[in-house]
Amino acid sequence: VTASESYPDDLLYHPEHDWARIEGDEAVLGVTWFAQDALGELVHYEPPAVGATISKDASYGEVESVKAVSDLISPLSGEVLEVNQQVVDAPETVNEDPYGDGWLIRVRMTSPEEREQLLSLDAYKQVLADA
Amino acid sequence: MQTLRRTPLHDRHVALGARLVPFAGWEMPVQYEGVIQEHRAVRTDAGVFDVSHMGEIEVEGPTARDLLQAVLSNDVDRLEPGGAQYTLLTNDDGGIVDDLIVYRLDEHRYLVVANASNSDAVRDWLKERELRGSDVRDVSDDYALLAVQGPRALARLELEPAQAFTWSMGQVDGVEVMINRTGYTGEEGVELACMSDDAGRLWDSILARGVTPCGLGARDTLRLEVCYPLHGNDIGPQWDAISSGLAWACALDTEFTGVERLRAIKEQGPEQKLVPFVMTEKAIPRQHMTIANGGEVTSGSMSPMLDVGIGMAYVPAANAKAGAELVVDVRGRPKKAQVVKKPIYKKEPSE
Repeated sequence: VTASESYPDDLLYHPEHDWARIEGDEAVLGVTWFAQDALGELVHYEPPAVGATISKDASYGEVESVKAVSDLISPLSGEVLEVNQQVVDAPETVNEDPYGDGWLIRVRMTSPEEREQLLSLDAYKQVLADA
Repeated sequence: MQTLRRTPLHDRHVALGARLVPFAGWEMPVQYEGVIQEHRAVRTDAGVFDVSHMGEIEVEGPTARDLLQAVLSNDVDRLEPGGAQYTLLTNDDGGIVDDLIVYRLDEHRYLVVANASNSDAVRDWLKERELRGSDVRDVSDDYALLAVQGPRALARLELEPAQAFTWSMGQVDGVEVMINRTGYTGEEGVELACMSDDAGRLWDSILARGVTPCGLGARDTLRLEVCYPLHGNDIGPQWDAISSGLAWACALDTEFTGVERLRAIKEQGPEQKLVPFVMTEKAIPRQHMTIANGGEVTSGSMSPMLDVGIGMAYVPAANAKAGAELVVDVRGRPKKAQVVKKPIYKKEPSE
């Protein structure tokens, strides 16, 4: 069952429709409801390797629907601590719960100050309104 | 920018919340609820596709047969009134200008159904070669075409089964339709041609009978699972019909454009072949991906029924046998695949 449209207010957002949940010096990353809706039902998740270094605004992996491939853009720089195996095994989890069970990776931030450049909920909603 | 054309059912697609995309100059529904759900509806029950963007060209007159026999790969003389035939419009090299279904309407009248993207080219091709006593008319705007496909398609429409590749006139809930026993999904079903003005009424009737509306996304995955080639992806003017695996649609004992070239290729054996394959590593192949041991992917997707990546590719003939291993370059990552026999997806035999 696809989730209904929502954007939690405790997340930081990236204009490429990715979110970050900051937890101390770590962050959990995922894609927004808008991103999964635009793609349609996900059928493949190509995650980065645990231990890999990812950079803000660069691709750290891919998700695919039947019709399309989309790069995952990282909102923050960091080192990959954990990949969500549930999404590897059942990519549609992202459609069902994009902010909960559908998280994609957990990272240790290497430049925590980058969070200042991310969007608040209101700023992200403006991005959606302008899209 | 060119304005996109719309089928007579456009408003209905919008009302159903379809995702509309440009396709071959038309604004077409790619999906309503979701590609996978629509795909499964067709494999397990019944789905309806608006394929009114396809072209319809009538060829009429005492020499209509001569015109078609001279330009089409299959043997038009094997086509009786009431029959339909899959055939190819070929160029001098035996390449495929379009793949078509020809319906014989009566003794001297044929209906040619062409792909939307090639419809004008097919019409012009036929028009330029018109003979004295043959008349070529583009009647695409007169007709709407709805494909109703799936194991329960006939039951849902209360139609009797009939032989594949035949047609008859009939009615669905009072709408007069040409009932064509053809399709592009590998399932039982019909393609219904009606007057454009009746399309809305016919569509509403079909949905009221519990048939799931399906978009071009599911149409593509359905046809790929059963290895029906898509013109512009898997077949085209740059590939000859033999290499494309369509020798069965070429009557090489008749005379048509490119036949000598095709006879020669048949004799020597093609250098490359279009083959179906299944990924043996987790990855989804896509059109234009290269194959490390030779060749290129022409269509690729996730198979909603098999839940693995599937596709078709031209590969060197030596590597075209079922079981041969392919290595697909998935955006820089080499992923293994295996050539399989057609079709990729085969229905379990029913009790």
